[in-house]
Amino acid sequence: MSETAAISLRDLSKSFGTVQAVDGVDLDIADGEFFSMLGPSGSGKTTVLRMIAGFEQPTSGTILLAGEDVTGRPPFARDVNTVFQDYALFPHMSVIENVEYGLRVKKVGKGDRRRRAAEALETVRLGHLGSRRPGQLSGGQRQRVALARALVNRPKVLLLDEPLGALDLKLRREMQIELKEIQRDVGITFVFVTHDQEEALTLSDRIAVFNDGRIQQVASPRELYEGPQSAFVAGFVGTSNLLTGPAARAVVGREGTFSIRPEKIHLDAVPEGARTTEGVVREVVYLGSANHYVVDLDAPPDGSGDQATLTVLRQNLNAEDNRVSRRGERVRLGWLPEHVIDLSASEAQPAPMEETA
Amino acid sequence: MTLSRNARLLLAAVTGLVLLVIYLPLGLVLVNSFNTSTSFTWPPSGFTTKWWDAAWHSAGARDALALSLEVAAFATVISLVLGTMAALALQRYRFFGRDAVSLLIILPIALPGIVTGIALQNAFTKILGISLSFWTIVIAHATFCIVTVFNNAVARLRRVGGNLEEASMDLGAGTFTTFRLVTFPMLRSALLAGGLLSFALSFDEIIVTTFTAGAGSQTLPLWIFENMFRPNQAPVVNVVAAALIVLSIVPIWLAQRLSVDDEGLPTAAP
Repeated sequence: MSETAAISLRDLSKSFGTVQAVDGVDLDIADGEFFSMLGPSGSGKTTVLRMIAGFEQPTSGTILLAGEDVTGRPPFARDVNTVFQDYALFPHMSVIENVEYGLRVKKVGKGDRRRRAAEALETVRLGHLGSRRPGQLSGGQRQRVALARALVNRPKVLLLDEPLGALDLKLRREMQIELKEIQRDVGITFVFVTHDQEEALTLSDRIAVFNDGRIQQVASPRELYEGPQSAFVAGFVGTSNLLTGPAARAVVGREGTFSIRPEKIHLDAVPEGARTTEGVVREVVYLGSANHYVVDLDAPPDGSGDQATLTVLRQNLNAEDNRVSRRGERVRLGWLPEHVIDLSASEAQPAPMEETA
Repeated sequence: MTLSRNARLLLAAVTGLVLLVIYLPLGLVLVNSFNTSTSFTWPPSGFTTKWWDAAWHSAGARDALALSLEVAAFATVISLVLGTMAALALQRYRFFGRDAVSLLIILPIALPGIVTGIALQNAFTKILGISLSFWTIVIAHATFCIVTVFNNAVARLRRVGGNLEEASMDLGAGTFTTFRLVTFPMLRSALLAGGLLSFALSFDEIIVTTFTAGAGSQTLPLWIFENMFRPNQAPVVNVVAAALIVLSIVPIWLAQRLSVDDEGLPTAAP
């Protein structure tokens, strides 16, 4: 795979002083893929992106772009472009000058670069704003100018560092769809950094989940959600409903660590062949289209001695869902055995700290 | 913040008094430059422009003015180049001794002029064996003029951040292209403000100049100081002083305008 991969990272590490920001990352990103790096802040995902762009030098390891080792090359000698979190548009240039900057420094003739910049602005539906200054644009417009400025160079890979982080929710949703469409149209490999799991699930072909400078799991959104391989991934992508220790033994009926997604748990009416347990509703969280029921189980406490709870997601369909609160009510929960995700394997392994040290 | 009526009146009175103490003597100089009396009796016995005429034709004053302008121009150019380079190095790169170098660059502006003057004179004549000349004044002035450029540039670089430069490199521009197309345009107004201040600093410097000026090099402040106690030259000196007051307003006003940039955020003053 490494011959054809757009990006290959081999045992990539980066430390800042005593802080190990990135710790032995191996990754292959295929040509034309929409690839997301997902993780909490400080998990090393942005540092990996900055090393691919060339802004940071790795402490060890190699970076291959289309099979070529670019580890020691400066940013301007790599065929990648970046969309920055704060857009980093040049305030002293007009929008069109910003977009044609990459062509200008590559000595593309004036007429040619103007035409291509105008086309790129058209792609992001900002053709009419070319003469404005970045300061006169809204956040969403700046975001699109930044995208056009990167895309006009037709890079092999486009790196996006939380590009939607500064936008409000509605605009974010719109831009997500737009990004996906643009990526499909131009066919460039997108590497997208985000801490928003929903965004990653919506956009990506594949996702790498980062924690503590290491990749926890690389998988498609569906695989990641339905089959997380560790408690961290289960918890970071969606609500994990983790069951451990005595609670797991009582509820699942086996030793180990398990997770059941909230929407897979039935409340009140339990289907045929389901395993059931009982508990008391502690909290009902109204989400508009659905409700979250947090249920304290009758089961013994979990592995760390905490009260065992399960969160249940249920669509707002039934009359009883519309009652102000079912708090304190005794309920029966049920789920099908195939919806129990077994995380015991990852828990049984030693902590990855020792593994790579 | 709202202030009571009394507090506002008090503040206005204090402000007025302070401004009066500063500007009344300056106004007197201006008025006296037209006073017919050579001993500046008050009230003026009559008004004349003959002192302005005499000053205009005074070879000593003209030479001194020309020399001062030259010194200030050279000192400012040196400061702009070195100050910008130092600011970029200290603001964009991390290296051992960074804070110490930063302190050492700023220190000369705080040092008493007499100390700088003596130290430089010693270094030039005793250690380096150079005779004092026009260039020794320029170098001496540059030591403290750098600070104003440096401070302005550092403040601007800190505010702009390194992101724009990273974006430029990401888009394929090398280090020098990035400086030319991105860093310098961002710095331009800060450098102009710093340069004007450094020009003004050099132009009116007298203490360090006294110690580092060569025999034939008399800057305007030195000329004024030498001539102000000669009774027949006093009115001419007064005219030169009056002219300088008017001229100094220009660079300071410009510097103040320029250090407030597009977004209306003032950069740090030196």
